[in-house]
Amino acid sequence: MKTELSSGSRSPRRAPRPRAARTALAATALAAAAALLAGCGASADTTSGSAATSGHAQFTPAAQQAGSQITVWADSTRLPSVQAYQKAHPDVKMKIVTYDGGADGSTYLQTKVQLFDRTGSGWPDVVFGSPTDVTWASAPTKPGAIPFAAPLDQKLVPAATLDGFAKGSLAPCRFNGHTYCLRNDIAQVVLWYNKTLMDQWGYPVPTTWAQYQALGEKVAKEHPGYLVGSVGDTNSQESYFWSSQCPAFQETSPGTLRVALQDPNCTRMASLLDSLISAKAVSTQGFFSQGFAKDSGDKVLMAYGPSWYGQYLFKTAFKTPAKQMAAAAPLTWPGETTAATGNVGGGVWMVSAHSKNLAASTDLATWLTTSDANQAAAPTYPAYVPAAKAWLANPANRDYFAADVSGPFQQAADEVWTGWSNTKFSDATAWSSVVLPALTAGKTLTSTLPAWQSAISNEAKADGYQVTDK
Amino acid sequence: MTLVDTAPVAAPARRRGTPPRRRAAGPAGWLFAGGYTVLLLAFGVFPTCYAFYLAFTNDRGQFTGINQFTKVARDYRFGPAFSHVLVYLVLWLVALVVLTVLAAVVLRSRVRPGLSALLRFLYYIPGALAGVASVLVWLFMLDPDVSPVSRLLDALGLHSFAAVLAPGNLPVIFVLIAFWTGAGGWMVVMYGALNNIPDEVLEAARMDGAGHWRTAWHIQIPMIRQWIAYMTILAFAGGTQLFVEPQLLQTASLGRVSPTWSPNQLAYVYAFQQGDFNGAAAISVFLLALGLLCAGLLVARTNMFTIEEK
Repeated sequence: MKTELSSGSRSPRRAPRPRAARTALAATALAAAAALLAGCGASADTTSGSAATSGHAQFTPAAQQAGSQITVWADSTRLPSVQAYQKAHPDVKMKIVTYDGGADGSTYLQTKVQLFDRTGSGWPDVVFGSPTDVTWASAPTKPGAIPFAAPLDQKLVPAATLDGFAKGSLAPCRFNGHTYCLRNDIAQVVLWYNKTLMDQWGYPVPTTWAQYQALGEKVAKEHPGYLVGSVGDTNSQESYFWSSQCPAFQETSPGTLRVALQDPNCTRMASLLDSLISAKAVSTQGFFSQGFAKDSGDKVLMAYGPSWYGQYLFKTAFKTPAKQMAAAAPLTWPGETTAATGNVGGGVWMVSAHSKNLAASTDLATWLTTSDANQAAAPTYPAYVPAAKAWLANPANRDYFAADVSGPFQQAADEVWTGWSNTKFSDATAWSSVVLPALTAGKTLTSTLPAWQSAISNEAKADGYQVTDK
Repeated sequence: MTLVDTAPVAAPARRRGTPPRRRAAGPAGWLFAGGYTVLLLAFGVFPTCYAFYLAFTNDRGQFTGINQFTKVARDYRFGPAFSHVLVYLVLWLVALVVLTVLAAVVLRSRVRPGLSALLRFLYYIPGALAGVASVLVWLFMLDPDVSPVSRLLDALGLHSFAAVLAPGNLPVIFVLIAFWTGAGGWMVVMYGALNNIPDEVLEAARMDGAGHWRTAWHIQIPMIRQWIAYMTILAFAGGTQLFVEPQLLQTASLGRVSPTWSPNQLAYVYAFQQGDFNGAAAISVFLLALGLLCAGLLVARTNMFTIEEK
């Protein structure tokens, strides 16, 4: 309402002096026209808008104060881990703040850091964020600003520790040869299935996409209402199109993005899903959408999705009884010997370059990501390989399932396709605001690919990428 | 007798001789105006000037002429955002003007005073909810799973929240929210304006044979024209700045609504996701120009600030 009032009160001030207003307007128009004609005026482009500026060669830490308080921002899922560190290290002065952790494409952290960079203070020391956050945090937000994330490979975290992370899992952290974050967890995509129902109906677990499609069509006929997947969530594209090695967000060189949705790797997945959607074996309503758990939660025979589906979708949201769900290795396409799979999320921990206590901050980030003490009981699959072994050995992470998930999880962790790049913009925006409404309106995925293509390209160009569709 | 007769005549005569002069404002006057002036300068005038400064410079502080404006106008989200808000404004202003004036006229002349007071109170209640809370109410209303009017939604062929939020439905949804929260207050204002019309005027109209609707159309509505224009200006300014409703719906729908649906959201994305405060300022200057243009037109066409000779 404040803005309404101020603009309302501005107009009366102008109105009684039409001549003055007209003169001023004419003067402005003249000045603008002159500026346009003369071509004067510097470029309006923002320095930080260019994608090529990620990464920073020189890192000069702020003046250090040993033992000073560190501020930690974590999402509610990782809050207990931070509290556990505080309990084990009572001498470290910590202030713990809960925030959304970058979930569902939130830009809260980025918004705040932009403002802190303008005011020159207030940065948290250690933050949990999404891999997308690293793309802006590794570059200055404005000229003269120091990139928010500290390069951890520069005398902060030993190389031996960095080498212990799963293959490719630190790729989203790396810019210009430096490592700006530690990967907390990976969310490798596997095939989830209800073992009880599959056994009861005598269905074999698919190992290829063709078998998956055939089984989906069979289920639709024999057990109408049962589902083999959903494409309606904000991250479904990462489960399906990433697994299909579709070049939707492929950074071929720094600052150049390949968006080629007419590539056969994209169209094969689109037509497979279209046939399953029209058979009503794949839902266009998201697993996490309002009402899905209540209406169809017990009708999910299979789901192609991340490793955290087990605990968060089946156990918590759908309340599927224990010893029913199991995981299988990623599906393959004809001619493939090893599968490629997708990744749905997986957070990172970053240390602020502005921290006055880098020692304590780095120790916390290292403990959170690599220690068995924290990761064995972590809610999601650890990216640090030794910690992942401890995680899989923990009964709390395996007892719920009908079969051992270690094999499929470990295999999928090494098969995440690296051609789906981590970009400055979320890969969820175009999918959710362009593709999903079209699917809801009854359009096919195949016919929506051009709209998705142009939405991604536009977003990429707005963020300073060169876009190619070849 | 003479004394009594001359007394009332004498007073205006004296007033005519010495033109009425306002008394110099005492400290109380300055105090009352001062608080508002300080706030207006701090939160109205200064930010506006700062926005102008930002809109004509880049992030290195160099003068850019109109380059910021051409840059944001060429943005692929600029056209859609402004056209979304244009469709919304047309629907919203037409609904607001027609329905609030109609309701006020009916309440003023066709409804018993007691019932009229009750209805005015009921219409006003939703306005008491803050913006965010009213959007939350509508999130429930529009979700067929929990909505009390889910049968109506089903009858319209909308079986899921996602279907309700189809891009084509969004302007209508925002008009519903805006009308529900804002129109009640304006009905009360319009009712007050109608109350200002002297009874003699209405009686004269009745004597000349005008029915209720003729009276409304030819007497009442023309006489509250300035209030209607005032309402339109404020509603237009508020409408172009649509932000909370699409932003909340974007979050609640898990991203099915574009994060740059309205120009204000686009400015927000410019400032806080792209770190381009200058581009954001340029968009806000566009909005300011639009608001001033509309206000200027309405003020000029309705003679809103002409003091009537009485």
